[in-house]
Amino acid sequence: MKYIPHSEAETRAMLESMGLSSVQDLFQCIPAALRLAADLPIPRGKSELELERYFYQLSRENDGVLEFTTFLGAGAYNHYVPAVIDGIISRSEFFTAYTPYQPEVSQGTLQAIFEYQTMVSQLTGMDVTNASMYDGATAVTEAVLLAQRARSSAKKVVVAGSLHPFYRQVMRTYVANFDLAVEEVPWDSTGRVDPVALAAAIDDATAAVVVQSPNFFGAVEDVAECARIAHARKALLVMAVTEAASLAAFKAPGELGADVVAGEGQSFGIPVSFGGPYLGIFSTRSEHLRRMPGRVVGMTEDTRGRRGFVLTLSTREQHIRREKATSNICTNQGLCALMASVYLAYTGKSGLRELCRQNLAKAHYAREQLCAVPGVLPRFSAPFFNEFVLTLPGDPHAFARFCKERQIVPGVPLKWFYPGLDQDMLFCVTEVNQRAEIDKLVAAVREFFARP
Amino acid sequence: MTQRVRKTISINESLLFEQVPGNRSTCDFPPLDVPSGEMADYVPRELLRDDIPGFPELNEVEVVRHFTRLSTHNYHVDLGLYPLGSCTMKYNPKINEKLARIPAFAQAHPLQLHENTQGCLKVLQKLADLLVKITGMDGVTLQPLAGAHGELTGMMLIRAALTARGNPRKKVLIPDSAHGTNPASAVLCGYTTVTLKSNASGCIDLDELRRHLDPDVACLMMTVPNTLGVFEENIQEVARLVHANGSFLYMDGANFNAFIGVARPGDMGVDVMHLNLHKTFSTPHGGGGPGAGPVVVVKELVPFLPMPVVSTKTDGSLFLDYNRPQSIGRVAAFYGNFGILLRALAYILREGSDGLRQVAENAVLNANYIRHHLSRDFHLEYRQPTLHEVVFDDKNQADAGVHTMDMAKRLLDLGFHPPTVYFPLIVPGAIMIEPTESESRAELDAFIDTMRQIAQEARESPKLLQDAPQDIRSTRFDEALAARKPVLIWKETGQA
Amino acid sequence: MYSDDYLYTKEHEWVRVENGEATLGITHHAQEELGEIVFVELPEVGKVLAAGDTLGSVESVKAVSDVYAPVSGEVIAANDLLADKPELVNQEPHSGGWIARIRLSDKSELDGLMSADDYEAYLGEEKKH
Repeated sequence: MKYIPHSEAETRAMLESMGLSSVQDLFQCIPAALRLAADLPIPRGKSELELERYFYQLSRENDGVLEFTTFLGAGAYNHYVPAVIDGIISRSEFFTAYTPYQPEVSQGTLQAIFEYQTMVSQLTGMDVTNASMYDGATAVTEAVLLAQRARSSAKKVVVAGSLHPFYRQVMRTYVANFDLAVEEVPWDSTGRVDPVALAAAIDDATAAVVVQSPNFFGAVEDVAECARIAHARKALLVMAVTEAASLAAFKAPGELGADVVAGEGQSFGIPVSFGGPYLGIFSTRSEHLRRMPGRVVGMTEDTRGRRGFVLTLSTREQHIRREKATSNICTNQGLCALMASVYLAYTGKSGLRELCRQNLAKAHYAREQLCAVPGVLPRFSAPFFNEFVLTLPGDPHAFARFCKERQIVPGVPLKWFYPGLDQDMLFCVTEVNQRAEIDKLVAAVREFFARP
Repeated sequence: MTQRVRKTISINESLLFEQVPGNRSTCDFPPLDVPSGEMADYVPRELLRDDIPGFPELNEVEVVRHFTRLSTHNYHVDLGLYPLGSCTMKYNPKINEKLARIPAFAQAHPLQLHENTQGCLKVLQKLADLLVKITGMDGVTLQPLAGAHGELTGMMLIRAALTARGNPRKKVLIPDSAHGTNPASAVLCGYTTVTLKSNASGCIDLDELRRHLDPDVACLMMTVPNTLGVFEENIQEVARLVHANGSFLYMDGANFNAFIGVARPGDMGVDVMHLNLHKTFSTPHGGGGPGAGPVVVVKELVPFLPMPVVSTKTDGSLFLDYNRPQSIGRVAAFYGNFGILLRALAYILREGSDGLRQVAENAVLNANYIRHHLSRDFHLEYRQPTLHEVVFDDKNQADAGVHTMDMAKRLLDLGFHPPTVYFPLIVPGAIMIEPTESESRAELDAFIDTMRQIAQEARESPKLLQDAPQDIRSTRFDEALAARKPVLIWKETGQA
Repeated sequence: MYSDDYLYTKEHEWVRVENGEATLGITHHAQEELGEIVFVELPEVGKVLAAGDTLGSVESVKAVSDVYAPVSGEVIAANDLLADKPELVNQEPHSGGWIARIRLSDKSELDGLMSADDYEAYLGEEKKH
């Protein structure tokens, strides 16, 4: 009723013009037995002011979200979100538009997506990028499904155990309905995928090898070596990414031999927002273009020869191909892709490079300082970006509880994800963490583990 | 009356990559407060890239102007009626945007301790509770990230429940009027699909249904009201037949806006239903997402819902419950599109029990008002009563050589976004109009007048329609060119 | 329009047989129905097909149509020109827009196909529905 413009008189006049006396006449097609006699058993509507009070009250129950210093990463990253992003995406022209079905009045959305596709391709070093997917986990799963389409005899995918545990869970949920096995390979002492185990796991019926870099432990993988091993048995190499900012620092996956790059783009200006909405990134080589899931925007001309952009290659999609479609996806994360576009355009090449340098510098400073505490050991030796695993001289959960009093959220205890890594904790340090906060974390470690 | 022709600023905005070179990004960071080094001081040089070829380098003003100019090339709900059938382009309340940006929500990390995120968990629990009550079902997952994702999740739940009963079965029945996502989702869940031919009134043909119900049928997926806007006349009998066969009844909730607060799927015998929060529950479409596709289910399917779910501890506090041994698993990286779920909760609380019923009543009133006042000018293939949308076609105009697409493009010239065209497939040349409850009578009248003008133009000057649009920034695009030689990213050496 | 030298299928394909080899494509009618063709998925040379198997597909902007093998046999050639110029299927559906060539394994299958007259009658029937 809050967002309905008709007055009662207007409603009556409309009904009269149609020869009706009541709105209820229009619902006679619903069997009477199914029509509710009473209102729904939920509260009556609130005023806007009441609504705002209610949500601010709830937000205060997130005590600690704003006050605490956090070193949490693991698939959701605290990067600075420049004000320009909200300035752009708050424009009704972008956020209240539909999917650009009518290109003549959707060039804003279409060109922005084309620019997004281009910038992500420049970062991944791949030929094509789609208009985005739901999130990193579903994007990686869709990459596996693409590989299965490319290799129709495939019976299995080989997945690094250091792929984000939640991503592996999503993949297993999806493939449970197919004749496709998921085999996990372990990591070695560097934290990277064990190349011998990887080679042994791949057979001629392997559709794809999925390797995340930097992986869940923060370790930068030898993607080129993994690609060589995969390609030797004609499997595709899917490179998963959870920390998209790292793409600006490390060699482009395309250069390293990846066939698909799939992952999470939340780092590009999207708030952590308790897990979503995020941005699934999906890039691949031209040869897989017609197997690629999701929407894609292409360049064309109008009848007067002026450049413009349209949704294209839609015959892959469900509304035309129905049960033969490449996937059931019929939208992208349009506004999140726009956020990424604005972020990338605003930050620019030099800004992204500086961002990467600061993440590297701060994370390395933090690890060095933490490892100077007696008993704290680096778990792995591989190069890392802004996340690393440390073995603590005690129970990480107890340490996390201790940190709460200090208003610190230290990192993610790994025991829950990886039984066996019982004393290990995954830390993330980004440009938003100040030196004083890092030093506070180090002091907390020092104090807690020095206790008798 | 408002001048309907809304010409946008006529600037052919260049691409980000074509801006004047020599710029430098104005983005900055605080000076490093830890020992400073170059990237190669931290990781081996051979791992690093030297450059990101082609990547933009602009200042803030240029970026803001670029995207602001682009924005002027978009039609959007805040500008006017957006009558896309099946898409439910209703108003997106501003307060919801404000609430989703409250820092303590936007900055909540998904792996934060439960005791620090009770507010977020309450948002999820409250929304779950309300969706269950509104639909009359027993449980819900908020995890699916879009409508099609909800469909897939719903199919997985059915498969899991049937597997637990001993046999996942093989087939899914889908009416020929269904959205294309339905068969695609069923196939992605490992089923084959069987298309049911609709009867003369566009509904499920009970004889056809009986013929196809056999022990291999896992479920029937139906949209209610269907894509013609027609409420399934025999829904109770359909549910009875499906259940008697040991199959499940899946309802595509894309059109729930038509009867929210008026009737409940749970009372109709529906077992699983996904909800498009970006349709019925007013969250913005964002130019194609993010949406959210929660799935409500009956009791038998509750144990299989994706994990985690929000549960209550003995002390009354909330936590993410992973102890779900029969769960199908996880379908998204975290807990769903939280920011969207929050907006939907705000909408439901603001409308309340009194408002939600009026949402459906006014959506149906508006659609029927359009139907009534356009039915002399446009052909209506299926003539029975419709709820929230109406599907005309181009039969009255075809003799003049004017087709649905021509009329859609002419609407652009005259200041409106066109309806959904060429869907559902069972109506050739379909023009599917859904005004939603947000529109005033004046806006509806303006649209009706414009459509009548188009009908008249089709008789008198068809070329005006065949060449449309002419009065806006772009004329029709060559979609064959785009598909034959796909240019999907900008390249310096390529076409620019 | 429809040459007497060709045979036709109900799926709107044409077949021309020479020396035990069947060249095939989609008919003028089929390409007209599809509209502007933007992509043709060609079969792999060497693949052995049974009559009725999916051989490839033809895509326009708004539709996609599978192409079925009208006869059984091994694919001995595919029209690679279509990779770059799919519009040939629109321009010369019965000549330059051919899709594949199959070495017939069972000539008797040809008996099941339609003559030009039969096909035109069939088109007339279809139109009525």
